[in-house]
Amino acid sequence: MTATGIGAAVKRVEDFRFLTGQGNYTDDIDRPNQTYAWILRSPHAHAKITSLDIGAAESAPGVVAVFTGKDMEAEGVGSLPCGWQVNNKDDSPMAEPAHPPLVIDRVRHVGDQVAVVIAETRDEARQAAEMIVVDYELLPVVMDMAAAIEGGPQVHDDVANNLCYDWHIGDKDATDAAFADAAHVASIDIVNNRLIPNAMEPRAAIGDYDTATGDHTLYTTSQNPHVIRLLMGAFVLNIPEHKLRVVAPDVGGGFGSKIYHYAEEAIVTWAAGKIRRPIKWTAERSESFMSDCHGRDHVTKAELAMDADGKFLALRVGTLANMGAYLSTFAPCVPTYLYATLLAGVYTTPQVYCEVKAVFTNTVPVDAYRGAGRPEASFLLERIVDRAARETGLSQVEIRQRNFIPADAFPYQTPVALQYDSGDYGSTLDQAVTTAEIDGFEARKAEAAKRGKLRGIGYSTYIEACGIAPSAVVGSLGARAGLFESAEVRVHPTGSVTVFTGSHSHGQGHETTFSQLISDTLGIPMESVEIVHGDTGKVAFGMGTYGSRSLAVGGEAIMRATNRIIDKATKIAAHIMEAPEADIEFKDGKFTVAGTDKEMAFGEIALAAYVPHNFPHETLEPGLDETAFYDPANFTYPGGCHICEVEVDPETGVVEVVSFSAVDDVGRVVNPMIVEGQVHGGVAQGIGQALLEGCRYDENGQLVTGSYMDYTLPRAGDLPSFNVGTHATLCAHNSLGVKGCGEVGAIGSPPAVINAVVDALWDLGVKDMSMPATPEKVWQAIQNAQ
Amino acid sequence: MSYTVSMTVNGKAVSGDVEGRTLLVQFLREHLRLTGTHVGCDTSQCGACCVHVNGTSIKSCTMLAVQADGVEVTTIEGLANGDELHPMQAAFRENHGLQCGFCTPGMVMSAIDLVQENPEPSEKEIREWLEGNLCRCTGYHNIVKSIEAGAKAMRGG
Amino acid sequence: MYDFNYHRAESVADAAEKIKAAEDGKLVAGGMTLIPTLKQRLASPSDLVDLSGVGDLAGISVDGNTVTIGAMTTHGAVAASDDVKQAIPALAALADNIGDAQVRHRGTIGGSIANNDPAADYPAGCIALGATIVTNTRELSAEDFFVGMFETALEEDEVITAVRFPVAKRAAYMKFPNPASRYALVGVFVAETDGGVRVAVTGAGQDGVFRVAEMETALSGNFTADAIEGISVPDDDLNTDIHASAEYRAHLITVMAKRAVAAAG
Repeated sequence: MTATGIGAAVKRVEDFRFLTGQGNYTDDIDRPNQTYAWILRSPHAHAKITSLDIGAAESAPGVVAVFTGKDMEAEGVGSLPCGWQVNNKDDSPMAEPAHPPLVIDRVRHVGDQVAVVIAETRDEARQAAEMIVVDYELLPVVMDMAAAIEGGPQVHDDVANNLCYDWHIGDKDATDAAFADAAHVASIDIVNNRLIPNAMEPRAAIGDYDTATGDHTLYTTSQNPHVIRLLMGAFVLNIPEHKLRVVAPDVGGGFGSKIYHYAEEAIVTWAAGKIRRPIKWTAERSESFMSDCHGRDHVTKAELAMDADGKFLALRVGTLANMGAYLSTFAPCVPTYLYATLLAGVYTTPQVYCEVKAVFTNTVPVDAYRGAGRPEASFLLERIVDRAARETGLSQVEIRQRNFIPADAFPYQTPVALQYDSGDYGSTLDQAVTTAEIDGFEARKAEAAKRGKLRGIGYSTYIEACGIAPSAVVGSLGARAGLFESAEVRVHPTGSVTVFTGSHSHGQGHETTFSQLISDTLGIPMESVEIVHGDTGKVAFGMGTYGSRSLAVGGEAIMRATNRIIDKATKIAAHIMEAPEADIEFKDGKFTVAGTDKEMAFGEIALAAYVPHNFPHETLEPGLDETAFYDPANFTYPGGCHICEVEVDPETGVVEVVSFSAVDDVGRVVNPMIVEGQVHGGVAQGIGQALLEGCRYDENGQLVTGSYMDYTLPRAGDLPSFNVGTHATLCAHNSLGVKGCGEVGAIGSPPAVINAVVDALWDLGVKDMSMPATPEKVWQAIQNAQ
Repeated sequence: MSYTVSMTVNGKAVSGDVEGRTLLVQFLREHLRLTGTHVGCDTSQCGACCVHVNGTSIKSCTMLAVQADGVEVTTIEGLANGDELHPMQAAFRENHGLQCGFCTPGMVMSAIDLVQENPEPSEKEIREWLEGNLCRCTGYHNIVKSIEAGAKAMRGG
Repeated sequence: MYDFNYHRAESVADAAEKIKAAEDGKLVAGGMTLIPTLKQRLASPSDLVDLSGVGDLAGISVDGNTVTIGAMTTHGAVAASDDVKQAIPALAALADNIGDAQVRHRGTIGGSIANNDPAADYPAGCIALGATIVTNTRELSAEDFFVGMFETALEEDEVITAVRFPVAKRAAYMKFPNPASRYALVGVFVAETDGGVRVAVTGAGQDGVFRVAEMETALSGNFTADAIEGISVPDDDLNTDIHASAEYRAHLITVMAKRAVAAAG
């Protein structure tokens, strides 16, 4: 391993600009002659707009234009599209109601976009928006999913019973039969709490229109600019790709919330064309709360059938999944293909059956948030396994060891579609048990008791599917896009390299990790490598960054393009050194001819590629610039074991995470420093979900947790330091052997935390705990049990 | 109504015309184009906008530009000496104390102020001090490590 | 934010004059509550009169058995003051736990009590210690000063100049913070001064800060946590919100009071 190669904890190349205030985020960009947009949003959860008077706003100081949904509709602006179709049990397609960027005559959630005011300054736009007179006729609100599918008020007139789809997976009859033969059945009711992602950079968008060329440019806070270009260009605004450039510059965190094509992107792009001036929109945080897609929000009943030895026989699951008021870009796939397909977990459970009803309610749309479906699956499984252990008397370690898929069973076909390629769950658990110093737990518990604290320990052994994904597979599952990645490796005449990647970095450190791949493979210094991403005007194509796919898919595309560079350079070297191609070896940045002392440095070959004075042009083209599109053969399957210890103050119900250990199998690790950082962040979000965070609406559909005054974002004082480690089994189907590390923390940790809380309280008679385990909830549970 | 304000920002005398309602952070970002200071919330909680006013950390989203007339302001852009990072900046880089970079300017400004008040803060004191600085990427683990290292470096090693 | 006219007061008298002359003026001290309120467009004053230039409003002095804190003294200055730490350590600790570091650098005692947020910390300290609020026109007892939620006895053009605290024999403040906002979900200040034992509760009451007479009586004879073990505040007039029910708040009042008594020693 070299100092900057694969496996080295290289310091990040992007940090200098961020640390010196020179990051370039969307709101930092100003375009000449720029105007500002303010979106008027619905204060009601459900209402018909009986009249909308924009007259006073139009003539307010500084106002350039005011547009409504009818203006956009009249110009043929389309509905925000959904990128994934899930079919019902009877194979009919899901309900897919229209989602106009600005509403036409009805609002369906607090924060729905009613009109846009464009003015010379932000304050003028906001001031004028207050002068728009909207008459709302309030409609009944539906918030509860169970009520929604049983004749509750209709969110969309054309969606009966608010049912988006009724889907299932697995063999129902075989599952039911297994339950009939079971020695023991554990069952559990689970609410996977609704979360608000809260990337620290609020969303922003700038629309710009070049009157000379007719080109549109959108600067936006996106995790996938090419996807936005495709969706917005083809489905919403009817702008062909060659006239639409989407730039996602530095982006301040995403966690899924910046994957989707949002109304504001279409509004500023379209309106900039109308007023022929640039338009900037930047969300205030309170707007983010009511307009960024939310995450999770499942209500589930699960049952686990076991034989007399605690071997799992079957799992039966029914889930209601909240879609919110409209279908966001990837919403339908989250509670189906990213959730139910993971319900075998790391266990040999032979039968799994899951049915999922996706439901519309008068809430902000719900879509993928860090982990997306997999945290819901792991929470369900690891809670019910924890319960099963307590009911059967097996230890938490023993019940898992008895049911793990053995290390020699790979590739392993689950009963719910996925085929796992590699893993070693028993060893991972063993390593976590060592890391967490389980042997000392009883002593720690006794010591805590002396201080009046109840100490508990919780386990979670999870798996996830990421590195999404094989286009053929996702296509068969309803994806309307491919999920490959592209990379172009351009070697310049003096031997430096620019990599154009379709992945997008918004905190992940791609500029460092990808440079390490190049440095390692081509034997050139990191400083000679530049990573370009986030601009459809520069990068040929890309599917972006989500589902922990950047390294496993985007990185692999870079490797393929780089290998093509080496192939081409080998041809050039063979030509120049007058040797057969087969005799050329490339190592440590040098081309040598086997059995001779002839050698040429990589830089010399690069120069020769651009000075092809005597190339045989019929067989050897000038230049050194290669592109690859990589479509993986399978998902990747990171897994791991998280062990959490908590202390509960029984007087107040306060839960403190006192120790958190994570051993994750993320495949080969390119940069351990970055991997650890990703795990830290994911675990923090998981602890946040378990103990602190929960989106709350009141019965009228008002968002009660609409700011940091009421939505608890984890602070430094809420969290401990973490013990993290890795236990790698290599991915079997990519050359790097990498799996993905962005989501594991958020997937593995919530059940570990809640299992620890339940462990602390079990002897008091508390059998269950929902998320977030707030002090009052914990205190109340203790009161109720006593 | 318009007011003329003058102040020293990162050692340079600056002035500009602002409204009464113009926030210091707006003056820095929009008038002076010092966009390293960020706005991450509208309830004065996230701390992405932390700058130093007369040597101590404040939230520039919760101070009017007119209130800053005559003060000395240091922003994230004023810390490094050319390519040479301030020890706290260097510690964040060394310890991977940042990911997306959005909260980072506020974190660094806040951390430097902590060390001014408490040259050798414990992990607990660092975590408590950061109550006014939110980060969604790092889980704070490496931020705490960075500040411990930065404090040591600021003490002279 | 709606726009407004901004004035920097030269003196207390100047501030009073300017605020009187304004159509709908507001005094701004540290601005830690007012500016967020303006940003949310929940207030639209015509004029803002800034007290930060009035130099003699900031500062701490100890005179015999009395600690006087100027209205424009920041929480950070109170927390760091050796005088306060020595005379009434519980008050320094209270100040050190208000908001976050940046809020403590700007927020002031005068601004905090003039706002009388029902979840603010200082009102509990003022009531429990039996503080005197000094204004440009008069002196009021803390109990006369705090009228109700966000309501004080201040006249429109009245300016707080200082708060006088008697030195306590023993005192402690225990806060159970709202996990999101970090304001007090329940905060209990227990103090024994020459005026007797007082227990003041913030964060919980529908009308803001209040005293718990039953606990005060019990502690007067026996200043131990055990003395108030069985005493609970009825939850009828306590707040219920998504973070805590009235019942839970009532429970926390007893827990925090016991812990404050134990800490006060």
